[in-house]
Amino acid sequence: MSVTSYIFGILAALGTLVVVVEMLRRRRLRERHAFWWLLAGVLALIVGIFPITLDWAAQAIGIAVPVNLVFFVSIAILFLVCIQASAELTTLESKTRVLAEQSALQDLRIRALEEELLGREAP
Amino acid sequence: MPDALDRTLIVMPAFNEEASVGRTVGEVLRELPGVHVLVVDDGSSDSTAEVATAAGARVLRLPFNLGVGGAMRAGFRYAVANGYSIAVQIDADGQHDPAGVPALLDKLAEADVVLGARFAGEGDYQSAGPRWWAMKLLATSLSRLAGTRLTDTTSGFRASGPKALVLFAEHYPAEYLGDTIEALVIALRAGCVVRQVPTAMRERAAGVPSHNPFKSAVYLGRAMLAMVFALMRPASTFRTGVSE
Repeated sequence: MSVTSYIFGILAALGTLVVVVEMLRRRRLRERHAFWWLLAGVLALIVGIFPITLDWAAQAIGIAVPVNLVFFVSIAILFLVCIQASAELTTLESKTRVLAEQSALQDLRIRALEEELLGREAP
Repeated sequence: MPDALDRTLIVMPAFNEEASVGRTVGEVLRELPGVHVLVVDDGSSDSTAEVATAAGARVLRLPFNLGVGGAMRAGFRYAVANGYSIAVQIDADGQHDPAGVPALLDKLAEADVVLGARFAGEGDYQSAGPRWWAMKLLATSLSRLAGTRLTDTTSGFRASGPKALVLFAEHYPAEYLGDTIEALVIALRAGCVVRQVPTAMRERAAGVPSHNPFKSAVYLGRAMLAMVFALMRPASTFRTGVSE
């Protein structure tokens, strides 16, 4: 591995972490949504600084080509992020639905009350 | 059963139905004197709400389109909140004959949900090809689950008694096909009794039903999926006896 690719790996991992941390700091991202991204960034940083850890991990699990472990973990993390986002979307949709129903029911009640009031005021 | 009519709410989901909703509401009020009609305007962009109000219905206006299931749940919640004990769904397009409502209400004495079935002898409603197979398959599976013969499980013409009303106000599904098939599975798994009565069904006042074989296949697939998932859902999540 050349010095440039070593530095490139570390910079890419740092870039990811900086983006996630910055978004957390500005409250553009909530912690529970940022967890998987933080994990990915930290893992990438560790592997970037100490490439030997990747070889150890691959050997420990029994993966012949260490880079395959990188692909596996990346895809697993992306998958988890997607599932989490879909689940959140479902929750939000059902909340929106309840709010829509509630607003419609209240709108009808307000109109009924208004009619009653108008009827009472007019002699 | 005239005494049941004032505890009964006719719920009519309507999405851009200005052409037929006025006539349908008028017909319901004529056929069933004293009944209350709630039109659920499902985010229509036309004058459905105004036409329905002018025809003598109360109108619940949803801020955006939720689909038939969403509109029905809003209607059930209104029924529960306002003390009705029975809700009858009638489509705004005029394909359900309000003259069939008393038969549904009579049957409610022995059931919690009563379906107005189209293929049970009365009327001249026809369906053929893959769509018919799909309906047949659904009917067979749901009949076994219900412990009674149900021939038309996708019928939108149905009456719900007090027990089903509370259940549906909380759990009526909004997904496509959820409002017919999944709702039945939910009712059955919550211990409701489902029965059917034969009803005549008319041609839709407006709009054309689809007979595209590809669409029918998609319909069957989604219907089966809806049923399987409704069956897999944990029964403990269905709440009855608690309103709001």
